[in-house]
Amino acid sequence: MARSVTPRRKLINTTVAWAIGLLIFFPILWTILTSFKSEAEAIAAPPIFLGFDWTLENYRIVMERSDYGRFLWNSIIIAGLSTVLGCIIAVPAAWSMAFVPSKRTKDILLWMLSTKMLPAVGVLYPIYLIFIELGLLDSRAGLVVVLMLINLPIIVWMLYTYFKEIPGEILEAARMDGATLRQELIYVLTPMAVPGIASTLLLNFILAWNEAFWTLNLTAVNAAPLTAFIASYSSPEGLFFAKLSAASTMAIAPILILGWFSQKQLVRGLTFGAVK
Amino acid sequence: MGQIQLKQVTKSFGDVQVIPPLDLTIEDGEFTVFVGPSGCGKSTLLRLIAGLEDITTGHIEIDGTDATDLVPAKRGLAMVFQSYALYPHMSVRKNIAFPLRMAKMDKAEIDRRVNAAAEVLNLADYIDRRPGQLSGGQRQRVAIGRAIVREPSAFLFDEPLSNLDAALRVGMRMEISELHKKLATTMVYVTHDQVEAMTMADKIVVLHAGVIEQVGSPLELYRTPRNTFVAGFIGSPKMNLINGEEAAKHNAATIGIRPEHIDVVESGGTWTGTVGVAEHLGSDTFFHIHNTGLAETITVRAIGDVSLTHGDTIHLNPRNDELHRFGADGLRIA
Amino acid sequence: MATKASRSAARIMMAPAVILLLGWMLVPLIMTLWFSFRVYLPLRGGDQGWAGFDNYTRFVSSSSFWPAVQTTLIIVLGVLAITVIFGILIALLLDQPIWGQGVVRILVIAPFFVMPTVSALVWKNMFMDPVNGLFAHLWRFFGAEPVSWLSDASMGSIIMIVSWQWLPFATLILLTAVQSLDSEQLEAAEMDGAPWLKRFWFIVLPHLSRAITIVILIQTIFLLAIFAEIFVTTGGAFGTRTLSYLIFQRVLESQNVGLGSAGGVYAIILANIIAIFLMRIVGKNLD
Repeated sequence: MARSVTPRRKLINTTVAWAIGLLIFFPILWTILTSFKSEAEAIAAPPIFLGFDWTLENYRIVMERSDYGRFLWNSIIIAGLSTVLGCIIAVPAAWSMAFVPSKRTKDILLWMLSTKMLPAVGVLYPIYLIFIELGLLDSRAGLVVVLMLINLPIIVWMLYTYFKEIPGEILEAARMDGATLRQELIYVLTPMAVPGIASTLLLNFILAWNEAFWTLNLTAVNAAPLTAFIASYSSPEGLFFAKLSAASTMAIAPILILGWFSQKQLVRGLTFGAVK
Repeated sequence: MGQIQLKQVTKSFGDVQVIPPLDLTIEDGEFTVFVGPSGCGKSTLLRLIAGLEDITTGHIEIDGTDATDLVPAKRGLAMVFQSYALYPHMSVRKNIAFPLRMAKMDKAEIDRRVNAAAEVLNLADYIDRRPGQLSGGQRQRVAIGRAIVREPSAFLFDEPLSNLDAALRVGMRMEISELHKKLATTMVYVTHDQVEAMTMADKIVVLHAGVIEQVGSPLELYRTPRNTFVAGFIGSPKMNLINGEEAAKHNAATIGIRPEHIDVVESGGTWTGTVGVAEHLGSDTFFHIHNTGLAETITVRAIGDVSLTHGDTIHLNPRNDELHRFGADGLRIA
Repeated sequence: MATKASRSAARIMMAPAVILLLGWMLVPLIMTLWFSFRVYLPLRGGDQGWAGFDNYTRFVSSSSFWPAVQTTLIIVLGVLAITVIFGILIALLLDQPIWGQGVVRILVIAPFFVMPTVSALVWKNMFMDPVNGLFAHLWRFFGAEPVSWLSDASMGSIIMIVSWQWLPFATLILLTAVQSLDSEQLEAAEMDGAPWLKRFWFIVLPHLSRAITIVILIQTIFLLAIFAEIFVTTGGAFGTRTLSYLIFQRVLESQNVGLGSAGGVYAIILANIIAIFLMRIVGKNLD
């Protein structure tokens, strides 16, 4: 509904919008800046905005203190595998719902979403016991499965909304052309839904990356991802602003960079496919 | 090879029966058109033949073998969809080659067939473009190309011209007719446009609420409509249907007279009325006439330019030998 | 387009997702139900037999139960109100022609990428710390006494932190919806003499209703489950103990699984009430 406005109006709008944007972004910016300060500069009063001695010292100390590489690798593996696995299970389900809808389709979809509303704490202990029983505690495989399951409803829902935009006639054409169901999915549906699938993968990767209940409660050392890495700084011992900032920056940087490069899909994905 | 037989076919969606028991034979090589108003079940019927929908009861035979339970791909039919249903992520060449790839045909044979189809349909200029870069008419040709490479035993067309503008529609209509002559393959064509039906068909099947009202050649339908529905549906402008006293004079519940079978006379005609709208086309003049005491509006087609306008009194003489008579049940009285 | 073959294929293709989610829902649920009727103290003798409804009555009669329910609802409703209202305002602003719209949009959505543990830590220490936090500096600059945010204004602070994380999501969905509004509708209303506020109330807001429903649905799902924000900042102290957190403490800190499980069942019931309520609305608004 954008319309042309006078340059004066546009200038005012621009100023206000940038001010709000910077205000919202400021905590992140401040964290990144602080990560390059010395501890003294980090708590200096009044606060120093840019005029400090830039240093990488904090990053060096954080790296020394903990094995950042292992946490990062765990995060990538857990978020990545759980998302891909979720997608593989969700694509056929979303196909069914979008192209062979029945009276129960909407109910099933809403039921799936409602499983996400089950409070995790309510089932933490049973899952904990099952994990011990199966030897999955503090294992990446266990977390992959759990995160896949908690994000599955969202993945199914998003794919469903994207698939519904694809005209059914094209899939029927493929069927007339002799494609089997598998070929129909691989050669016709998936390539046509690539933007939607990319958005889905991306958003759920971020959700899995940032998930902090199961990752904190089901890991100790081996499988701990970046959420656990950063949580270790919540102890008073970690109350050094510059080092905390360096660790925080290291925890969020991969996602920020990923988000920067895939803005378009991400914006689409962030709406969960629900709004056009 | 391409005879299609429907035997006692019915289709229900839930409790609603959209097609009551229906028998129909489409002969090999015939151009058959299913025509009827929207919602009459013509597209459903086509999809039943294609195998995209299950029939509820009955049998479908293709070339004498039962195809009722065959999946679409195994029926040897090709379909052209209303929206063309081209694969947007594939070039024209890949679109056309897709059914052959699915049939695991070898590369050289695929190329040969695609090139042949491209030549027949004049697709060569844009064979490497994507469907998104093509005009409506070009997309239509690609869809047809994708159908002909399979060398199917019959083609199914689902309102293929309805997304084209009027001028293009006439052109494509002739191209499809010509293609039929060239290939001599069975074609089943669904449309709501009776002009398309009249101009293209060997055989027209008029459908109404899932029921076949009449099957016949275009001229049979024009000359001897079996009932008032067919009478009103086939022909343009529509046949005038008159009830009441005037019909009773002819021992019928309803009489029908086509606009082209009523003569405009200077005076002393059987019927008189006032001109509501006069459409002067030069070659013909169409009058929509009120106050005749016969029906709300009587339409008349006069040859040449007749200079009567709105509000004028008009005298009419129906040609009695072209009169159609229908009984109270709507059926034609011989 | 449905034949018997495609319908049975659909059932088969849907099966893995449905079975997995059904298992994921039922197995822990049944175990939780079982534990909730047991005296189960893993560190003090383990499973000591039936408890009847003791755990349930104890959990509800505990002085922390109703405050926890209240806290949960305040946080969810507070965050929803803030994100929806500011989301609409920012969306309307970003929809106007401005220079550098793409960059502003990135700035606005950035908080969504920040993991909850990080955002909680950053806010707690670098902004809300009563000595060295940026807010403390700001307050002192204006001659005011710095506030111990997380103890004196704990609820407001937590709502603020969580709202900061979810505002991008609300803004983005609402922006997408605003952009899909047909400008001719607004122009027609303008021609009819409707002033700005009326145009907003009678045209823009109804157009956004579906988007707002989606925002509320998805955010509620995630907000009912917030954990890290409280775990890291107050640890449930200063009246910020949500129902989830209370259960977490019963199970893990006091190691009373029976009692915690009874709490879990209550939480599940509460979540289901909210879910049914939401699904009603969404079901209606979904296509």
